[in-house]
Amino acid sequence: MSLDSILAINGLQVVIKNFPFLLEGAGLTLKITVLSVFFGMVLGLVAGLLKLSKSRILSFIATIYIDFFRGTPLFVQILLLYFGILPLIINTDKPFVAAVIACSLNCGAYTAEIVRAGIQAVDKGQMEAARSLGMNTGQAMAHVILPQAYKIVIPPLLNEFIAVLKDTSLVAVISAEELTMRGKLLYSTYFEAAWIWGTVAIMYFIMTKLLAILGDYIERRMATE
Amino acid sequence: MIKVIGLHKNFGKLEVLKGVDCHVASREVVCVIGPSGSGKSTLLRCVNQLEQATGGQIFVDGEEITSPKTDINKIRQQVGMVFQLFNLFPHKTTLENITLAPIKIKGVSRSEAEQVANELLRKVGLTDKSDVYPGQLSGGQKQRVAIARALAMQPKVMLFDEPTSSLDPEMVGEVLEVMKDLAHEGMTMMVVTHEMGFAREVGHRVLFMDEGIIMEEGTPAQIFDNPHNARTQSFLSKVI
Ligand SMILES: Nc1ncnc2c1ncn2[C@@H]1O[C@H](COP(=O)(O)OP(=O)(O)OP(=O)(O)O)[C@@H](O)[C@H]1O
Ligand SMILES: [Mg+2]
Repeated sequence: MSLDSILAINGLQVVIKNFPFLLEGAGLTLKITVLSVFFGMVLGLVAGLLKLSKSRILSFIATIYIDFFRGTPLFVQILLLYFGILPLIINTDKPFVAAVIACSLNCGAYTAEIVRAGIQAVDKGQMEAARSLGMNTGQAMAHVILPQAYKIVIPPLLNEFIAVLKDTSLVAVISAEELTMRGKLLYSTYFEAAWIWGTVAIMYFIMTKLLAILGDYIERRMATE
Repeated sequence: MIKVIGLHKNFGKLEVLKGVDCHVASREVVCVIGPSGSGKSTLLRCVNQLEQATGGQIFVDGEEITSPKTDINKIRQQVGMVFQLFNLFPHKTTLENITLAPIKIKGVSRSEAEQVANELLRKVGLTDKSDVYPGQLSGGQKQRVAIARALAMQPKVMLFDEPTSSLDPEMVGEVLEVMKDLAHEGMTMMVVTHEMGFAREVGHRVLFMDEGIIMEEGTPAQIFDNPHNARTQSFLSKVI
């Protein structure tokens, strides 16, 4: 097969011609991921701490939040938020906003469990020693417990971030034009399923791989610290 | 300095302290001995509210700490505690372990806190270890740092819960030495220990605990040489 005959393959032509279109979608995927991970981390830290708090009410609220978002499909959460809840609260039909909110809430619930497990993995004697010196719970958390928990928490957190990146593909259902949605649009025009979805898959793979490499690097740096 | 009246403590259905009365006078060293599970640690942990009493009252320096109105964090600053397993902060150097609480809680300046810490390190014989992490210290060294850490808050009382029980035998001496110095300086101390030699030599008074109550108390000479209670006698015959 000559180069010309390869380039003449229709699917390949479609992919090459529309590659910038897909790349833009991948950009939005990353944007949703980064924002969701950021808000998810903040939410997760708060919810994780609240779940461990001595206040029954706060702990109960955190538990409901965590259990709900872990116990229902993200797909359904996105639909519920976009079509059911957001219209009641704000006047926007921007799927991007709904996508970020849904993914953040979902990521926050998983992060909360990671945070909780990380804190509980720190030896109980650490909290007692801190308290015995006169620190209140907040001071003990900030100066003694969290600095130790974060090392335990980093590897599962990185896994969660990779999961978020992949899960953002679900927001295609509300037509947020991230990578998967762009793939769908191309497919409905050109019907080159193998070429289009193959390219989309490879693009996701490259993004998650890069995240994993970054994660390994962070982990190695922490280990030598 | 410490006064315990009718202290009860339950863990669920398990009644661990069944009405403990005791006191520790200012500058007094009181050693608590007794078999495993008798409630010695629980008593000590109640005194700085790491465990909440089920009933009874505890006073520290005249303040009732069992009252819900008391600011327990304030009280704990005045009550130092040394644990069997050291519980040093592994992510902090020796110096930082000692300066953390004074800086963060009392608002002492870093330089002042470090000056105090260095003095304390000299006192416990560890001047050369100030920049080392706990992971690189021996058990005896860890425990001496833990003592310095507690002292840095300038407590009025020091509680020790079997401070030498998890140490290799050759390291027990160095920790007891530090505690002895502390006692001679007039620190008020309550020491749960299995080191009968220490209790006899340094203790002003010895409490024998068994089954959640104080079975017998007296001077070291009374308890060790002439115990009245049959339980005390049988316990001492096993450990000495
Ligand atoms: N947090 C807890 N929950 C339930 N039971 C507990 C708890 N802490 C202690 N106990 C129980 O209370 C009893 C007394 O424990 P404590 O640690 O005070 O004994 P001790 O005299 O210090 O013994 P040792 O010499 O072995 O340290 C034991 O039966 C123990 O199992
Ligand atoms: Mg004990």
